Amino acid sequence: MSAGHTHKLYRPARTPVHSLPPHCKIAAVLAFVVTVVATPREAVWAFALYAVLIAAAAAAARIPAAFLLRRLLIEIPFVAFALLMPFVVPGEPVAHLLGLPLSGPGLWGAWNVLAKGTLGVAASVVLASTTELRSLLLGLERLRMPPLLVQIASFMIRYGDVVTDEMRRMRIARESRGFTARGVRHWGVLARSAGALFIRSYERGERVHLAMVSRGYTGTMPVTDDAPATRTQWTYAATLPLAALAVCLTGWTLT
Amino acid sequence: MHVPDGFINAPVSAATAAVAAAAVAVSLRGARRELDDKAAPLAGLVAAFIFAVQMLNFPVAAGTSGHLLGGALAAILVGPYTGVLCISVVLLMQGVLFADGGLTALGVNITDMGIVTTVVAYGIFRVLVRLLPRGRTGLTAASFAAALVSVPAAAAAFTLIYALGGTTDVPVGQVFTAMVGVHVLIGLGEAVITALTVSAVAAVRPDLVHGARDLMRPLELRRVRPANAFRPDGAGTASSVPGSPAASSRRDGDQAPRRGPAVPGSLSEDRHRRTGPDGADAVAAEKTAPRRSVARLWMAGVAAALVCAGGLSYYASTSPDGLEKVAHDKGIDSKEEAHAAKDSPLADYQVKDVADERLSGGLAGVIGVGATLAAGTGVFFTLRWKRTRTAARAASESAAL
Repeated sequence: MSAGHTHKLYRPARTPVHSLPPHCKIAAVLAFVVTVVATPREAVWAFALYAVLIAAAAAAARIPAAFLLRRLLIEIPFVAFALLMPFVVPGEPVAHLLGLPLSGPGLWGAWNVLAKGTLGVAASVVLASTTELRSLLLGLERLRMPPLLVQIASFMIRYGDVVTDEMRRMRIARESRGFTARGVRHWGVLARSAGALFIRSYERGERVHLAMVSRGYTGTMPVTDDAPATRTQWTYAATLPLAALAVCLTGWTLT
Repeated sequence: MHVPDGFINAPVSAATAAVAAAAVAVSLRGARRELDDKAAPLAGLVAAFIFAVQMLNFPVAAGTSGHLLGGALAAILVGPYTGVLCISVVLLMQGVLFADGGLTALGVNITDMGIVTTVVAYGIFRVLVRLLPRGRTGLTAASFAAALVSVPAAAAAFTLIYALGGTTDVPVGQVFTAMVGVHVLIGLGEAVITALTVSAVAAVRPDLVHGARDLMRPLELRRVRPANAFRPDGAGTASSVPGSPAASSRRDGDQAPRRGPAVPGSLSEDRHRRTGPDGADAVAAEKTAPRRSVARLWMAGVAAALVCAGGLSYYASTSPDGLEKVAHDKGIDSKEEAHAAKDSPLADYQVKDVADERLSGGLAGVIGVGATLAAGTGVFFTLRWKRTRTAARAASESAAL
């Protein structure tokens, strides 16, 4: 708690990317990912250009390459799925690997998922590592996400650490009494812990609500900082998706 | 099952995003109705709970472990609308913060994991909870079935989305078989965990299980007048709460003079709290349960204890339990003094001169239960006799005055 409400992904720095208003960044990343998804998969060079664009954005935000690559690991389950595709998709075999035929459409499908998925994850990582949680939520609210949803999300973020800590304390309590969960037989104990965690979270929610009501909460949060983005900032943020759009259009005309 | 970008094509992604947005909008209205202005903090905390409980690992076997997905649990515990909101917020944050699930696939993910699981689970749960007998067993069974079906249903929904807009033409039949097959297994684990968790919550705070709110009587604050405590037979307390088990009402009587009437304190602290047999100031009064006679309860208890001690310890693991194991692992027990009774015929829960280890354990269990029972009953009768005498003396003194 002493570290403030920052998440592990955020990398504090003073770069032009960090100082952009959050809603510009969210809109830019979303537009970029949509453009990437809409690109035909046969335009292989286009994806290389997208990767260059993302790398440029990451460099402008001074995100180390190692950090970015480590965060890409989250994709692994679907990479496994993608690697299976050439074997299960029916189609003309174009190559053989260890005696197994690799089908052409399957290879294209695997490439498609891998390339687009990786670019999407990389774009999200750049967004998350340059934007603080609070401003991320503020950005979502300015993009007209329903205020109640933003409030729920902000409560989840705010109390996520508290609830996780509570779970950690319960685990330490279990372990200090000699309990180690080894198999299905011990699910009862873990489920009771989960039940207790739910009751504690719910009761904390009630207490938080009462505390808020006693401070004048009526169902909406006051807007404390409402600084709209300037045209320059929008233009600056739009360079990434506009460049991507140019690549995408070229891709469609060439293939 | 978080779908990344590029897995589903752009038009279908947009369509599912629209479906997800509509469902979230409906849920926002519904959640306001379910929780009014408490919606934000409560749904937020429940979302944090779902997020945390997804990190709780349930070991399956040989180093593998699974975790809860939480759709069915959220639907049963907080209701379908709030459940959809919580899961959607968790998915949104996972997508934006942890890049788990693509941004363009957010609609697919919310439709699939947030809406389908929650709605299917809640529907099945409501139907079953009406059909099954009331009480915790029915509730647990209904949650089991709801969670069991909800996970393969999500897999089937994913297959449908994939058939509409998959970017690779894997034959739909194959995708369906693979997805549903795997997810039936996952659903089994999910069902066990969800049922156990719902049952644990229902035992302590049945008023918090939203899906059974109208079926379970709310816990009520019960106050026992101190005067009743001196009635020797506990009849006064039992009559003030008809139908409660005799044993618990007697305990109420014992504690009443010390605790006094419940003080209305802070709102959340004294509300319907029942922390087990000791926190007897608010006990669920099960009006439907017939009052059992003490003798029958006693007989059943003895039978259960004998079965557990004799039968189950026959099969029980011979490895040392919690504290013994820690002591053994850490070498604490190397200096352990031998117990004074180690030469007794029942030392280490084994009967001397009985060769078969398991049979011997079972026999020792039975004898142990018998001895404990005799000692416990003796203490109980002595105490009751004493209290009867004290009460009688007090009554005769007050009559003399």
